[in-house]
Amino acid sequence: MPPVYRGPFGKPQAERLLWRAGFGPRRGEAERLARLGLDGAVHSLTRPGRDRLKGPRPHDDRGRSLAPLDRWGHDQLWWLDRMVRTTKPLHERMTLVWHDWFATSRDGVGPARLMLNQNRLFRRQGLGSFHTLLTDVTRDPAMLLWLSGVDNTKDSPNENYARELMELFTLGADRGAYSERDVREQARALTGWRNSWDDDLGPVRFRYDKRRHDAGSKRIFGKRGHFDWHDSCRLCVHHRLHPSFFVTKLWSYFVPVPPRPGTKRALQHLYVRSGYQVRPVVEAILRHPALYTGPRMVKPPAVYIAGLLRGLGRGVDTEAWTWLMSLAGQQLFYPPNVAGWDDTRWLDTATFRARWEIAGYAIRPRVLKENARHVPHRPEKLVERARALLGEPTLTGPTEAALMRFAKRSLADANAEWKKRQYPPLIENALRQLLATAPDLQTC
Amino acid sequence: MKSGCHHCDEFSRASLLRRGAAEAGRGLPAIEAGMPAPAGTGLDRRSFVSGAFGLALSVYGLGRLGLFEEGIAEAASGPAKPVLVSVFLPGGADSLSVLYPALDPNYHRLRPKLALPDGAGPVFSEDTRLHWHPSLQPLATLHGEGKVSVLPAVGYTHPDQSHFTSRHFWEVGATDARLSTGWMGRYLDHAGTKGNPLQGLSLDYQLQPALASTKVPVASLAAPDEYTFWAPGVWGEVEDRMLQTLASLGSRRSDPVLNQAARATAQSDKLRRQLAPFAASSGNGFGSPVTYPDVDDSFPRQLSGLAAMLAANLPLRCVAITAPGEYDTHSDQPQALADGLDVTARTLLAFQRDLEARGLADRVLTLVWSEFGRRGEENGSDGTDHGAAGAAFLIGKRARGKMVGEFPGLANLDDDGNLRPTADFRGVYCSLLEQWLGMDAAAVIPHAKSFARPALVS
Repeated sequence: MPPVYRGPFGKPQAERLLWRAGFGPRRGEAERLARLGLDGAVHSLTRPGRDRLKGPRPHDDRGRSLAPLDRWGHDQLWWLDRMVRTTKPLHERMTLVWHDWFATSRDGVGPARLMLNQNRLFRRQGLGSFHTLLTDVTRDPAMLLWLSGVDNTKDSPNENYARELMELFTLGADRGAYSERDVREQARALTGWRNSWDDDLGPVRFRYDKRRHDAGSKRIFGKRGHFDWHDSCRLCVHHRLHPSFFVTKLWSYFVPVPPRPGTKRALQHLYVRSGYQVRPVVEAILRHPALYTGPRMVKPPAVYIAGLLRGLGRGVDTEAWTWLMSLAGQQLFYPPNVAGWDDTRWLDTATFRARWEIAGYAIRPRVLKENARHVPHRPEKLVERARALLGEPTLTGPTEAALMRFAKRSLADANAEWKKRQYPPLIENALRQLLATAPDLQTC
Repeated sequence: MKSGCHHCDEFSRASLLRRGAAEAGRGLPAIEAGMPAPAGTGLDRRSFVSGAFGLALSVYGLGRLGLFEEGIAEAASGPAKPVLVSVFLPGGADSLSVLYPALDPNYHRLRPKLALPDGAGPVFSEDTRLHWHPSLQPLATLHGEGKVSVLPAVGYTHPDQSHFTSRHFWEVGATDARLSTGWMGRYLDHAGTKGNPLQGLSLDYQLQPALASTKVPVASLAAPDEYTFWAPGVWGEVEDRMLQTLASLGSRRSDPVLNQAARATAQSDKLRRQLAPFAASSGNGFGSPVTYPDVDDSFPRQLSGLAAMLAANLPLRCVAITAPGEYDTHSDQPQALADGLDVTARTLLAFQRDLEARGLADRVLTLVWSEFGRRGEENGSDGTDHGAAGAAFLIGKRARGKMVGEFPGLANLDDDGNLRPTADFRGVYCSLLEQWLGMDAAAVIPHAKSFARPALVS
């Protein structure tokens, strides 16, 4: 078995777990999770009860219910709302993981309907059998459009899906796992899918058509047979280099440094022994010491936004999140390419500014007017109140010190009567903004 | 590294981000409705800053004064340094349409549907077998003025047909999948300074990989006039104090990832200071003396902003930007390619004219490239698949204006049916480093001495 974290499991650890395996704590949630201890906490995430959406119902800027199938951007808001309100955060987070792993962009698909169907597939299969997930993804209409599966025919093979199936989904490039010939032969095995076109609905009736399938003999990974798309998936999952690829890639979504060889071997063993199940591997990763003692991770923009809203207790009530999220480098349903988002490049001067705007939008409904009453004049009180508004995040020493210094100096600036009245609410507004964009809240 | 696919170029997201940016521009108001506007509100402060640097400095505390002055001093000191702009055509632009062998029987055999007609585009004067794509008339014009060096088939041996791998090679300046710094980033690591994020400028919502550095800061921003920081319900002295606090939040941390976030904070803060005077004075069209294409794309605005930043003597060295357009043309190639090349070429012409009008033409060279060309033979969907050697251009008054490498022809394609390279991109980088940026290429490009240096700069 892979090693298990044995250190203290208090609020900071529970907070980290909730961020890595979900979208951060709601008010009081980290404290509650900490009381369960590590095993109980992980268990509550990997084997939760029924999914209930908790909190204010989502709507657009005009107060209308979301129309994810019809209105531009509402598909993204629909998903963001699930991230904010879900009571099964790990399932929602795994949906995001699979969206990145099997990165499909609506730009190559078209109708939101197909993207949302794929999204439901990820949610449904997210912690089950990877073999089943892969099989379902391979015949998923959005994927068939995105990676040219429906253009891949006996007479005119298209290697697009075949290559990504091995390079990005199951085996990895430059590992000697497959050759260019395997790409070509896999493409032949995957032939047979087609769809029809409806002038109103776009692509419809995705189906397998034997006449388009190349039924001839193929040679894949050194094995010969009259392989079809089922075989294609099976051969990849059963490939000797698949488990190591799978556990390393899955690990990378939760822990920023690669697993040590022993851990990697143990995770592979767990994966194969379970019959290619995702849940036991995720459970082992969430219990692993590296998650709690290793370096922090940068929150992806969707996680950052959903987490701010969860902390604030605010629902999805504006369409601004779609463009704000894309400014921060992530637009749900539009990954940059089939390799998904690059997690090493979330933060630079452009995306930092986007996160600054996001924070401003998040706290804006709660902004204090300059004539707000009962705003304390003590720096530590002001910092405490700003923290409370954002859901009591744990802060590092330097951040707390910088905020305190700011509050102290700004209070000292108030050298006239009107300033003494007006500055405290301004200072608290500024503290919220600084806190929400501080390095502590960008990472987890 | 990652591999290729139908729609996997980065155009999709880039275009969406551009859409987002258009909205972001009218996002936050400069002053919140109902807020009083005494001296010291966000808006007043910014226009105040634009007046004169000296006045602006009086607003800030002593600690910031040093930093602020540093950037300005750097900009003003010494002779203006050369600038290199990299323009990436995402997705693998079809070089056999960019410069097409109009009368070659092989061309018509390989491209029965896609072959462009003989008279469609202007003849390429250095090799009259070739014609420019009709949308590239602006480049043909500049070429006629001796301001474009054409590389009709640039690439590398053992070409990789994955978008990600091949682009990665170009970005890092080596056929090394594991190298994680960009070739421009490494140049800046040697020639840049610790206090100037603008030296490497990614005109994008994220960092262009070619600029990834390890020792010196680089910046990314969509447009130079949008880089302001505003918070709801904060103004005056408190706002100034709030912005000052960014520097302390950006101080060094022990956790490497926390430190990464702190660094992004500190660099954003630095960039904000550098751009504050410029951003406020940008106004309409950055005061550009020429007209840029009026299209629904941010590229013209980004390049006009770039010209204005250079005119304002901001300390830029290397700039990277992604061109508009969809070049991964597996299907419906004719329209997609024509549209992308059209906006790109017209904007590049306007940019060149802008630099000339502003007296900056001697300082700037622009390299236009794509991760590969496309397959000789068209596919069955009005498109072409991933190929090998592609076309690239070096534009500028100081470009030598002579073709580099030759058009290899279609009679001798490689084993995959792709164009063979007649120039190596690493040699091109070596030449740019040595002939333009004044740096020994060996310090930047792995195995630099093994590459021939084409004469690129006059």
